[in-house]
Amino acid sequence: MPNEAADLELAAVTKAYGETIAVDRVSLKIPAGTYCCLLGPSGCGKSSTLRMIAGHEFISDGDVVIGNQVVNDLPPAKRGTAMMFQNYALFPHLDVRDNVAFSLKMAGVGKAERRQRADELLDLVDMAKYGDRLPSQLSGGQQQRVALARALVTNPTVLLLDEPLSALDPFLRIRMRAELKRYQREFGISFVHVTHSQEEAMALADMVVVMNDGRIEQVGSPREVFNAPKTVFVAKFMGGHNVVPEGGKSYAVRADRIRLAQPGEAGTEAKVTDVEYQGMTVHVAMTRKDGTDLIATLPESEFDRSPVAAGDTVSVAWQPADRHELAA
Amino acid sequence: MDAAARTGASNAEKGASTATRNRRTSWTPAWVPYAQAAPLALVFFLFFVLPLVATFVVSFWNYTEYSIEPAFVFSNYQDVFYGCFSGSSRLCTTFATYLSTLKFVAIVWAVTLFIGFTVAYFLAFHVRTLPMQIALFMVCTIPFWTSNVIRMISWIPLLGRNGLVNETLQSIGLIDAPLEWLLYSDFAVTLALVHLYTLFMVVPIFNSMMRIDRSLIEAAYDAGASGWQTLTNIIIPLVKPGILIGSIFVVTIVTGDYLTIGIMGGQQIASVGKVIQTQINFLQFPIAAANAIVLLAVVLVTIWGMLRLVDIRKEL
Repeated sequence: MPNEAADLELAAVTKAYGETIAVDRVSLKIPAGTYCCLLGPSGCGKSSTLRMIAGHEFISDGDVVIGNQVVNDLPPAKRGTAMMFQNYALFPHLDVRDNVAFSLKMAGVGKAERRQRADELLDLVDMAKYGDRLPSQLSGGQQQRVALARALVTNPTVLLLDEPLSALDPFLRIRMRAELKRYQREFGISFVHVTHSQEEAMALADMVVVMNDGRIEQVGSPREVFNAPKTVFVAKFMGGHNVVPEGGKSYAVRADRIRLAQPGEAGTEAKVTDVEYQGMTVHVAMTRKDGTDLIATLPESEFDRSPVAAGDTVSVAWQPADRHELAA
Repeated sequence: MDAAARTGASNAEKGASTATRNRRTSWTPAWVPYAQAAPLALVFFLFFVLPLVATFVVSFWNYTEYSIEPAFVFSNYQDVFYGCFSGSSRLCTTFATYLSTLKFVAIVWAVTLFIGFTVAYFLAFHVRTLPMQIALFMVCTIPFWTSNVIRMISWIPLLGRNGLVNETLQSIGLIDAPLEWLLYSDFAVTLALVHLYTLFMVVPIFNSMMRIDRSLIEAAYDAGASGWQTLTNIIIPLVKPGILIGSIFVVTIVTGDYLTIGIMGGQQIASVGKVIQTQINFLQFPIAAANAIVLLAVVLVTIWGMLRLVDIRKEL
């Protein structure tokens, strides 16, 4: 039923607003059937990149290639992409079924046929019994499923999602996250998902693209990006890392690899500035003599063996193998 | 007994809920909101409700050439509809007058809707910055900076037999003789009414358009809708309330208008308002009142019909 999945390729794609460069020569290849997350802080160009792929933003320079076709000048519906909007953008005056059938109606598909197709899609996202409701009568999670059905009704080769989970409460967000992943597997097409949450990206993505300041900082699987951050920015943005300067270079050390010991034992001295209890783990914030801030994440049991409090002095150490050199 | 128990229970609930409601929720004394609404309510009551009631009462009174007497007769209404139901093929005066007025209503409504929608669309979707929107909005209100009468009088040097338009057309050789239908004609009346009331369409439609989430238009584009399909499938359905409010303004105002029709029609075109005005000039208050009540009824029925087309409560 779905289209042939297709590769998506960006070749030096650039977006300029006058003098400001929002996206700076971004090149990226997303193989067919990949769950790809564009990750970065707000203003890093991830949304502009997505909107250029979608055809909602003109491309200042470079090419977007889907399959083996350059789609720069094609309207969204001709690219084989479909977009799911941040606030879902369901048409408030149309019921759920007509919302899903909208693009078929625009393409001139007959009423009976498009309604049947819409019902199939609604069935797929478990919303079959809500076909006659208006969007305002649905919860956030239900609206999202309808938006997903509406985007998938045209059999896109690539589905583009613009912060799809940000409007949901935390509990629902985790549930819908799992559903998105499941639909991506079932349809076998590529999902390109924009988010500023590294947790979301790590949970969902086959391929994480960390962006900053209009450029790609690092591309890789969640494990690669988390365990081997290439730059200071990536290490800081992914969280769970300490950036430590040593001998003129920067190193990343995972917070859970830092060991605390009594002062005088092997390691460098640091002063505990804060202790946060997180349930399974305890976060200990420290400042080293040279002014470097460190965070250690300790399992609760380990913390309890030799508890520390703010103001204490401790000795901090890590294995050389846990130290990871960063560029810039 | 069961029912009694249930009533008791529901009363108890009600008691509980009133108790909660009576608890203070604000530092403002309860009478303040009423005091705030009172001035307008008083003005409405004294100068709108009372005169309306008086008009209704007087419409049943009797009158002769020199007197008006309290009574309860239907002769005024019979006079209003004199000859209307006789079965003769010629329309009675009242029906003919209403037909003429309704013709203007229909034309002016259609033209103001078209122009108003277009202008509102331009302001809402093509003008990107708020200061520019405000500036252009001010331009739309320029016709209201002078009085209605002065504006109408200023049409005369423009449209008259030796006016600017005729002179220009003659000088460039498009016409040999002056166009007679430019002034004191249906055309002139329509032109003046459209000029006057288009803004009443622009404002509510613009307001509705500004409330449309822009991502809906993007979503329509994403779904392959052409500009025209987006207009008919998304924008027009969503601005229906604005269209309705604008239509109510235009329809009710034009139905009761007699000044514009009088001046721009060279006092040759009948209108319901003109009939009432003439009767008042002759001090025939009861029949004027009856005519006014009929006019009011027509306007109310029109609004009722329009409200049935769009559920405005749902949309607001």
